[in-house]
Amino acid sequence: MGLNVTDLACARGGLAMLEGVSFSLSSGAALVLRGPNGCGKTTLLRTLAGLQPALAGEIDCPPDAIAYAAHADGLKATLSVAENLRFWAAIYGTSDIDTALDQMNLRALAGRAAQNLSAGQKRRLGLARLMVTGRPVWVLDEPTVSLDVASVALFGDIVRHHLAGGGMAVIATHIDLGLPEAEILDLSRFKARFPQAGTGDFDEAFL
Amino acid sequence: MIALLMRDLRLAFRAGGGFGLGLAFFLILAVLVPLGIGPEPQTLARIAPGILWVGALLACLLSLDRIFALDFEDGSLDLLATAPVPLEGAVSIKALAHWLTTGLPLVMISPVLGLLLFLPSEAYLWLVISLAVGTPALSVIGTFGAALTVGLKRGGLLLSLLVLPLYIPTLVFGAEVVSRGAMGLAVDTPLALLAGITAGAVAILPFASAHVLRINLR
Repeated sequence: MGLNVTDLACARGGLAMLEGVSFSLSSGAALVLRGPNGCGKTTLLRTLAGLQPALAGEIDCPPDAIAYAAHADGLKATLSVAENLRFWAAIYGTSDIDTALDQMNLRALAGRAAQNLSAGQKRRLGLARLMVTGRPVWVLDEPTVSLDVASVALFGDIVRHHLAGGGMAVIATHIDLGLPEAEILDLSRFKARFPQAGTGDFDEAFL
Repeated sequence: MIALLMRDLRLAFRAGGGFGLGLAFFLILAVLVPLGIGPEPQTLARIAPGILWVGALLACLLSLDRIFALDFEDGSLDLLATAPVPLEGAVSIKALAHWLTTGLPLVMISPVLGLLLFLPSEAYLWLVISLAVGTPALSVIGTFGAALTVGLKRGGLLLSLLVLPLYIPTLVFGAEVVSRGAMGLAVDTPLALLAGITAGAVAILPFASAHVLRINLR
């Protein structure tokens, strides 16, 4: 059980962003992606999640192992917190939402419609969704946006708990999550070089 | 899958869910046409099949852009695409939910509106049957159009332009079933063609929609 990425190249909007990205994660390990805005963190995570194909390279990971959490939480405004979680639990074929509610400190909000939550509470609900997926590899894009200090610490604990249970996590973030054991990967090293002008087929410009 | 269907239905019935929008449009159209055309029963009875079918088609069109746009905006479409549900299945469920909240109510209310338009009594049965057979195709084709335009801002216009030509066969055969029914002629041929279009659309288009959606989410 592990996630091995070798020589991965990915593109955004038809433009190569990253190339030569290699890392490997084994059970219980976390990887923190760093790099300036626009360096391709989200692009890499979307590629890992299978939302876009890689330009080159390989992602070696057991099927149905990755749970992806994007910038947007995927919440339905008119459904309650519990209904939102129950939906995602059903989609992933699990049924236990109580653990996630308790651990993410959402118990008191369970009956409230998602549209009446604050930004930080929505974020907590979005992260609680990860816990009900029951998947071993968490791929998280800026998970701590709009979380307060206490919730960041709570989130750090939950990731650590997930890792202790044999899970893995790939996290793009700018702040310190309190995960000293996590490996750090600076993506600015892998910036794709622009193809040299004049090489390449003329037709490719239109593909 | 069932969870997705239940969620979509629940969302449609909650505040702002858009349930009833198509129905209200259908109702308004059928009420306004006699006022605009004049109350002569012969004229109205002649145009009733066409008006009812055009109304049903436009009412369907009205709610198409909600099928994927809302899920795209709040990020749940990305999450659905990475979930263990096959996207083809999710697309079919979305089309089914659209039909249950738009098409089915139109089918059920159509006899009442037929009354407003002096539809000949022999045609009621065929009106309900043709709508029941034809509107699933409208939902499935519309889902395909919605998948094509999912990432676009204000994609509603493009969606209508893309989908309307694909709706024409359904409209032609659907209205033909009702007018032939009204005249007491055999309706087998147009009804078979209408059912054929629906069956073909239901069988093929979810695959096309899922593929298009995958490309649009890149």
